[in-house]
Amino acid sequence: METDMVTNSRAEVLRRVRAATGGTSDGAAAWIGWNGIAREYRRKGTRERKKVLALLEDRLRDYDGRVVRVTSEGVGQSVAEILAERGVRRMVVPVGLPVGWLPVSWMPPSAGGVEFVVDEGLSSHELDGVDGVMTGATLAIAETGTFVLQSVAGQGRRATTLVPDYHLCVVKAEDVVETVPEAMERLQEMAGLATTFVSGPSATADIEMTRIKGVHGPRFLDVILIV
Amino acid sequence: MRVLERLGHTVEFPRGQTCCGQMHYNTGYQAEAMPLLERFVAQFRGAEAVVVPSSSCVAMMRDHYPKMAVAIGRAELIAEVDALLPRVFEFSEFLTKRLGLEDVGAYYPHRVTYHASCHGLRNLLLGDGPMRLLKAVRGIDLVELQGLEQCCGFGGTFAVKNADVSSAMLAEKTTAVLNTKAEACTACDNSCLMHIQGALHRQRTGVKTVHLAEILAGEDGVGR
Amino acid sequence: MSRGGLDPKTAPTFPMAAKAMLGDAQLRKNVRHATDVIQGKRARVVGEMPDWQELREAGKQIRRHTMEYLDFYLEEFEANCTRAGGVVHWARDAEEARRIVVELVKASGSDEVIKIKSMTTEEIQLNPALEAAGIHPYETDLAELIIQLGEDRPSHIVVPALHKNRQEIREIFQREMNLPELGDRPQDLADAARMFLREKFLRVKTAVSGANFLIAETGGVCVVESEGNGRMCLTLPETLITIAGIDKVLPRFQDLEVMLQLLPRSATGERMNPYNSIWTGVDAASADDGLRDGPGVFHVVLMDNARTEILADEEGRQTLNCIRCGACQNACPVYRQTGGHAYGSVYAGPIGAILTPQLQEMHHAQSLPYASSLCGACYEVCPVKINIPEVLIHLRNKVVKQNTAGVAGLFDVEAGAMKAMAMIFRSERRFRATQRLGRMAERPLVRKDERGQGWIGWLPGLLGGWTQARDLEEMPKETFRDWWERRGRDGN
Repeated sequence: METDMVTNSRAEVLRRVRAATGGTSDGAAAWIGWNGIAREYRRKGTRERKKVLALLEDRLRDYDGRVVRVTSEGVGQSVAEILAERGVRRMVVPVGLPVGWLPVSWMPPSAGGVEFVVDEGLSSHELDGVDGVMTGATLAIAETGTFVLQSVAGQGRRATTLVPDYHLCVVKAEDVVETVPEAMERLQEMAGLATTFVSGPSATADIEMTRIKGVHGPRFLDVILIV
Repeated sequence: MRVLERLGHTVEFPRGQTCCGQMHYNTGYQAEAMPLLERFVAQFRGAEAVVVPSSSCVAMMRDHYPKMAVAIGRAELIAEVDALLPRVFEFSEFLTKRLGLEDVGAYYPHRVTYHASCHGLRNLLLGDGPMRLLKAVRGIDLVELQGLEQCCGFGGTFAVKNADVSSAMLAEKTTAVLNTKAEACTACDNSCLMHIQGALHRQRTGVKTVHLAEILAGEDGVGR
Repeated sequence: MSRGGLDPKTAPTFPMAAKAMLGDAQLRKNVRHATDVIQGKRARVVGEMPDWQELREAGKQIRRHTMEYLDFYLEEFEANCTRAGGVVHWARDAEEARRIVVELVKASGSDEVIKIKSMTTEEIQLNPALEAAGIHPYETDLAELIIQLGEDRPSHIVVPALHKNRQEIREIFQREMNLPELGDRPQDLADAARMFLREKFLRVKTAVSGANFLIAETGGVCVVESEGNGRMCLTLPETLITIAGIDKVLPRFQDLEVMLQLLPRSATGERMNPYNSIWTGVDAASADDGLRDGPGVFHVVLMDNARTEILADEEGRQTLNCIRCGACQNACPVYRQTGGHAYGSVYAGPIGAILTPQLQEMHHAQSLPYASSLCGACYEVCPVKINIPEVLIHLRNKVVKQNTAGVAGLFDVEAGAMKAMAMIFRSERRFRATQRLGRMAERPLVRKDERGQGWIGWLPGLLGGWTQARDLEEMPKETFRDWWERRGRDGN
């Protein structure tokens, strides 16, 4: 009986939709109609490369993210410096994070160095106990100051970039696009993956429209841009 | 009238004209507005240009007459509406867009502020046309109105049906007008002006409202 | 902890409710401040976009196209979501939606849920239904938390607690979180919310969310938020139940490139809000190795609740294009005076004035279509170009038709007056006669002012609202028509 009810609701809602729109839709007609939508907005950026990167930096900073530029050889060193400055002790990293991004000669935790914990299934409570997380990113969008994370090697599960209070994200310059449509085009192929757009640290303006950095997600955000 | 005649146009006033039907249409009495559309077409079909001193009336015609004609369903009426509407202009629009004028030779030695009526601003896209006309008036002391694009709260039957909210909106508008220390507030729509005038008079402010046409009709007696 | 919902069936008429709000100086100040700030931010980031109008046009066309082929896209979404491990449910109305969610929560084995801000769950008054079933809902959006703890009601689609200032929020938190020392800096209040909710995020195993977009092509769901509470609810629990109106579907993943530009800039005046989550069904990885990303059980409830009624109305249909950004509320001079509660519905402001009566199939909330001066500010800022004034007029016509139908209509004072006026306007003779009559009729009401000009300071009956705050100038002795004719005769 329960099943009947469920089936009936589905049939009834679809019947109402079809009665309202004048019959059952034809997939081919929908396809043609969709292709006919006027998309006269900017699809591709027009800025030169240097300016795109500068724009990304500007937009990230505008939303309280810190940005550091390094060459690919300098990532490990930069990570060591940033983490020392932030004073974090335990960092979680996803499976598949490039080893070259980790500090070359870091002190063992017993000697006061940063401990890197690989996420091999940490519980939410365990994640709550680490100081920060370090990941890569699929791409970044200059115009909006956004980087995009997906459930893939090097970026990890969504919870890891959410529960710890600090996020250090490494973005490669070649993964920076200028506009949102360029980003969606790149993401299309893997559209089924869990995907998170991050633009600055978590924030709220619910109290008198005052922007407050950091509510539930990471309150502190650094971005390393590999150029 | 005087402005248009001064500019060398022949002005006629078809006596059979009454109302465009906006109040009925916007309040939900669309059936009652239909005959008024037909009346409008019958009265004005012969005109080279129809100049209307109220932006909301023009907005009513442009936004709703075509589909009203379709609803009435007579092919010749639809065609007549289509043919007539491009010749219908709001007063300031006629001067700036159709005639390409800014200086119409007016003289008005008073401190004036301008309220951008909603329909003129958003439906007719008059933009800064009225301001350009005003700036060209000799002797005028034009002061910008804070929040000039904010609705005065008239909205036809809104002022009666939601009198409290309407009054609150109006209070903001009159405060802004008084802050300019202007002697007169002008606009391209008589209904807004009647509304603003109502409060300015109730508060015994001594500030009056004048239609843009009245300012542009002003002359210094020297003649030109 | 239950709170009175906003129920259009029992709410007072807009003019009555608005009058009460207009008397609350603090509320009006809070609303004015908040809407001013958002409008300023929106104007700045919209101004950055050289192609804003093209984006709006694309947004409108995408939404219109979706409605045209809604059955196709709903079935496509269902098939793709199911393939990805989600379970799709259909609800005809609010009652059925509530029942489905309550049963799903019970089946998850939890007697508490964490909730993402969702106007759809407010629309169907889900929280009282959960509580009645012994399930405690925790609102996790800061504003919704303020509303829930304060036993208040949301007054804005995007910023539901914008009618409260920091002192009022502090009082609520001090009392409900037992933090007598709490300060009133926004940062202090946000920190308190973080502390209060973190324990719930880590503990509660079932979450309820709304959805900003359902993607037919992939079966994915998109939720747009700022604080990270959304991500917590979408990611940490074992069971996730998403409830969405059938209007929330988008044809393809690519369509997000338009919506994710329009929505954040219109809603909060940000280039992109801090977090957008897109997920599709459940992660295939096993829970046993601990590497599964997100909940293992995912349900979507697709709810009609009168949306098909709106769909069937050709002129009202564009209402369904709404992406709930709230820009029309911030821009509306009426909303800015009264705040959201006066609208008697979770959907306040211009969009509420058209959406609420239609969701009630025009049986309730009949005063809402008149809660607008038709100034058009809402249409101007709408990211998907819903012509709200046009729909308002359309709904007014429906209201008039309902009210004037049958015998009762014969006694409707307003309708009688309107019909009489229409009759007068149809004839020049009657028009002139009425002008003369008007001058006679108004005579007892006219008082001369110090300049000798006649004014009316009091009007009877329906027209009395006018003379609350305004005078009406007496009709001129000589009408324009008379002057014109005399001028013609005198050859002047």
